[in-house]
Amino acid sequence: MEKGNDAVPAPRSGHTATLNRKTLLNTRGTIFLCVLAAVAVGVPYLNATGMLPDYAVSLIGKYLCFALLAIALDLLWGYCGILSLGHGAFFALGGYAMGMHLMREIGERGVYANPDLPDFMVFLNWQELPWFWWGFDTFWFAALMALFVPGLLAFIFGYFAFRSRVTGVYLSIITQAMTYALMLAFFRNEMGFGGNNGLTDFKDVLGYDLQSQDTRIGLFVLSALAVAVGFLICRAVVISKAGKVIISIRDAESRTRFLGYRVEGYKLFVFVLSAMLAGLAGALYTPQVGIINPGEFSPANSIEIVIWVAIGGRGTLVGAAIGAVIVAASKTILTGLYPEAWLFVLGAMFVFVTIFMPRGVLGVWDGMIDGMWRMRGMDPNERRLRA
Amino acid sequence: MSLLILDGVSRSFDGFKAVNGMTLAIEPGELRAIIGPNGAGKTTMMDIVTGKTRPDGGTVRFDGHDMTRIDEAGSARLGIGRKFQKPTVFETHTVEDNILLSLRDDRGVFATLFSGADDTARVAELLALIRLEDRRLDLAADLSHGQKQWLEIGMLLAQDPKLLLIDEPAAGMTDEETARTAALLRDLAGDHAVVVVEHDMEFVRALDCRVTCLHQGRVLAEGSLAQVSANEQVVEVYLGR
Repeated sequence: MEKGNDAVPAPRSGHTATLNRKTLLNTRGTIFLCVLAAVAVGVPYLNATGMLPDYAVSLIGKYLCFALLAIALDLLWGYCGILSLGHGAFFALGGYAMGMHLMREIGERGVYANPDLPDFMVFLNWQELPWFWWGFDTFWFAALMALFVPGLLAFIFGYFAFRSRVTGVYLSIITQAMTYALMLAFFRNEMGFGGNNGLTDFKDVLGYDLQSQDTRIGLFVLSALAVAVGFLICRAVVISKAGKVIISIRDAESRTRFLGYRVEGYKLFVFVLSAMLAGLAGALYTPQVGIINPGEFSPANSIEIVIWVAIGGRGTLVGAAIGAVIVAASKTILTGLYPEAWLFVLGAMFVFVTIFMPRGVLGVWDGMIDGMWRMRGMDPNERRLRA
Repeated sequence: MSLLILDGVSRSFDGFKAVNGMTLAIEPGELRAIIGPNGAGKTTMMDIVTGKTRPDGGTVRFDGHDMTRIDEAGSARLGIGRKFQKPTVFETHTVEDNILLSLRDDRGVFATLFSGADDTARVAELLALIRLEDRRLDLAADLSHGQKQWLEIGMLLAQDPKLLLIDEPAAGMTDEETARTAALLRDLAGDHAVVVVEHDMEFVRALDCRVTCLHQGRVLAEGSLAQVSANEQVVEVYLGR
């Protein structure tokens, strides 16, 4: 061995002297994307062969939108420690942006057959389209707005909140207030977003009939793709050096500041990115469920997103998606069987997970894998480094 | 010219004058120990220097910059490294990541988002210095108290600061670790100015440097340890008879 190498510590077995960098696709991420691909192919196939009813495709598509929303919140809460209790607002804004386009697409096919004004505006005796509806007749403009509007709101809100160093419970409360205020605003007819009925009766998107099963399958596959892209974006962020800074902010904010990192900037970046992903989820949600209304802004919805992430496993991305699907599917089943019981079950699930599975479903899974490694005489720490 | 100058600095909290007309100068490369009873204004002084707290009056200049208009991150970027009394490291990161995040580099969001190669050699060098090479890939949470103190010192060195502010480094360390820490700080002085706040008089003796005694938010005495210990007022308020 050359003398110059003496200063370099001997690498441990299995590691090179380069710094340990996590890869974009670890085992768990690969499994997740494979399952997602299998769902994206399998569900339409089962539907085509008649083994899965038509409505189930849109239902699972809706779960995928929730999964993306949960991943977005996990990036913010699980990695940066910012508990947003108003993430439903960004989702709903994305949904409204897409809904506005779908309303304009109805055109003369509405009840009042007005080529420019959606039905609810004719009903309210409005003479012309309000300025904030301009441009939404173009799909790409609406799609851009579905990302831009949630991003802008997150930017303005986050800029002031983070600059004033509002953290913890206080921040959670004002995010909750934000979504509540938006809900009240969107309930008003004068706002020009359809009041408490919201936006509905959509006909088609980009010329494809929304009632046809082919369009629904197309939207379903797009949703699966969006989950994959959203996951990869979040994963790329969390394994980057910026991701390490974000985790540092979560664990020791003042230490991070004293190392020279402007914490506000990092928080703002994560908040805006997360809001935009939530907006994307909302934009895919609206055409699949066929309606968007102010109820989506309700504080209870935003709290439910937090419960998805907690149940799946915070700070794992994959866990958030799993949690969203588990809870949303349970909700579908239970509200069908015992409508009154759902909120009690949701509460019980949350309490149970908090007490007995603090790291969520994925934490339990991780514990089992760690156990297997130990049984084979290996150090589970080694595995975690690569995860 | 002095590296750090505090001139007539005051700051009160709800009427309590934590720092009251404090005047202090630190030369480049100097090692300085700061002693004083609880509430003497040691921590507030460091908060003011690092931009965490704004003074009510007086001037603070570091390396030619007005520190009264700068935040914590700004002070770090100008070359001030601060070590807390309670060891503060990133527990869920590996030891090497703790060092990596502290290395002098662009601190912007997009710079770190797309950062490329890491300075592996520098990380290895620092890990060797703080004797944590073999804990490189362990989580910082798994280190002992003393090792965390060392890791934090390593993180400060990675910043390559002009001034190190160190709050009670010997707290919770074994005698051997304390001796090693004193030796390290003496080594560092020269390349960096080092200001150590400490209660342990044995440790201050081992630092063998100029000592400033604070009391009620101002400088009570300054000089060698022997001079300061002989000062009547210092004996009165701090050392005891």
